[in-house]
Amino acid sequence: MNKNIILYAAILIFGIAAPFVFPAFKVQLSILCILIILAITWNVQGGEMGYNTFGNILFYGLGMYLCASVQVGMFFPLAEWTEGGGEKTFVHTPAQFFQGFAVGLAVAAVVPAIVAGLIGYSILGLRGHYFAICTLGLGVAAGEISGGIEIIGAGQGFTTPPFPKVGSLEARGEFFYFCSFVVLVFTFLAVKAIYSTRFKLVLNAIRDNEDKAEAMGIQTMKYKIIGWMISAFFCGLAGGIMGGLVGYIDSTDVAFDGREMGVFMVLMAILGGKGTLWGPVIGATVFHIFKEGFWTFFLGWQYVALGVLIVVIVIYFPEGIMGWLREKYPERFGEVVDEADRKAQVELK
Amino acid sequence: MDFLIFQVPMLTVQAVLDGLLLGILFALIAYGMALQWGVMNIINIAQGDLVILGGYIAYFMYLYGIHPAWGVIVSPIIMYFVGVIIYKLVINKVVDRDLFISILATFGISILFMQLMNFAFGADVVLANSGYGTTMLFDNSVTLPNSKIFSAFISIVFAIGLVIYMKKSKLGRAIRATAQNARAAKILGVDTEKVYAATFGINAALCGVAGALISITFTIHPYMGLPYTIRSFMIVIVAGLGNLPGVAMSGMGLGVFEEFADYILGTEFRIGSVFLLLVLILVYRRFKLSKKREYLK
Repeated sequence: MNKNIILYAAILIFGIAAPFVFPAFKVQLSILCILIILAITWNVQGGEMGYNTFGNILFYGLGMYLCASVQVGMFFPLAEWTEGGGEKTFVHTPAQFFQGFAVGLAVAAVVPAIVAGLIGYSILGLRGHYFAICTLGLGVAAGEISGGIEIIGAGQGFTTPPFPKVGSLEARGEFFYFCSFVVLVFTFLAVKAIYSTRFKLVLNAIRDNEDKAEAMGIQTMKYKIIGWMISAFFCGLAGGIMGGLVGYIDSTDVAFDGREMGVFMVLMAILGGKGTLWGPVIGATVFHIFKEGFWTFFLGWQYVALGVLIVVIVIYFPEGIMGWLREKYPERFGEVVDEADRKAQVELK
Repeated sequence: MDFLIFQVPMLTVQAVLDGLLLGILFALIAYGMALQWGVMNIINIAQGDLVILGGYIAYFMYLYGIHPAWGVIVSPIIMYFVGVIIYKLVINKVVDRDLFISILATFGISILFMQLMNFAFGADVVLANSGYGTTMLFDNSVTLPNSKIFSAFISIVFAIGLVIYMKKSKLGRAIRATAQNARAAKILGVDTEKVYAATFGINAALCGVAGALISITFTIHPYMGLPYTIRSFMIVIVAGLGNLPGVAMSGMGLGVFEEFADYILGTEFRIGSVFLLLVLILVYRRFKLSKKREYLK
């Protein structure tokens, strides 16, 4: 227990000090926070509940559009803003900007959760690969449809409000970094708290055998919907911050970016280890470092690398880093290992 | 929105004819998907990218001065080997694993293919011009490119050929036996590994034919693969595995739906409406089955 407190304190101190120690990497660190949030939210559903989704990008993109729309729409007419050059005609004062962003984030978190609750009953009745493909369809459909809606910029995109001139030049980066870091800590603690309750056991029961869970008297549908809503809530938050950070929203390339973010979140969770608390965090960190290295040195080949990476991870490394560690050091994970049993298993292999 | 299609009734005929001819192509792709799904229990997300790759083969023949219609013969031969290579490298490691693994692995292949095609052929929308001209019907109010009629005809020929092949040939019988019960087929001396490779190859070859036809009739682009995957998936779940007339019917139905969506909602919502239709169909089937306390599996 003591060890854990030291670990958490170390991570917290690192997180707070990071933008000042590595000022050049502020944007990268913010993106890392967002990626970790996405991996954790995917893991709630894909890892713990066993409902592998490609569609959480829907909530991410929804949050992104909602946050920006609310931030603009609270003070200025949205349609004129998105018509082109709106960000030059209307200027947010600092108070308006922060007020709008705060309200926008709240909306960006709550509305996706409500949407997940509304569509949950229909979609979560599907199982296995039908669910995966259905959510893939949802994500792509959302991207295609939002690309045709005039008021949020249609095909030409949506410029989010520029950061007001307050403080030093570094203020923008620091603001978004701390936003994403705080949300990350909040997400992690919330998910950790959830995982220590009966709720996690129910989710695991659904993953292991849904019919049996139902036969045991668990209202599986209720828990599945709640699980998806939790996932959507944090996904929307992450999307809202990412929209402000990137500064520009495009329907298929930034918001509903199934080819990048939508795959990344699955990949990160699998790389780290599905169904563990720390797996997605580790997976996202490793993935982000690898990605940045690769993206920089092999510009243009990133999707080729991504494709190969997916295939390799899925085929040769489906248990992920945590799964591998668990197999190697089962004692550390609180598993009681019988020596004789282990020997017998080795012989069997 | 002005619904032009309701003001000009001839456009309805146009849309239906276009949709039917397009739908036959979809059915051909969906047939390949149903084949591999039934035999190997794999959902191939890279299906659409195989189609596009097949299309680029025909397009390249066109660039080098060969009539692109020959692509209908060359493309499946090349694509067969591409399919077998993909099987040997990736698919045979995911055949008997969790379905999600196969979806994710083929998703990786799909991204890989998309980008490699983008490098190799460029990001332009291209079309192999067959120079077949057009047929005018009903006082020139309905135009029908001959290439579309050609492609529908070729698709039907290939589909019928494949059905006969599956019924009569030794390999076809082995494939059907493996689909029914892989273990029993193995006991009876069928080399299932070979059957799987051949199935994936045949699927890729079908995609090659469809791709070559699409490059003649419509346009191809490296990133256009995923909609074809989704369409074929949709057709298969509507028709059910191993229901060939059903595949043809629902393929044509989808084609007509798309043409009407194009006229009524506008071209920018065409792909979106396809994906939305998939979601609606799945949800509909889920509610229908849940009345019987069952679920899609």
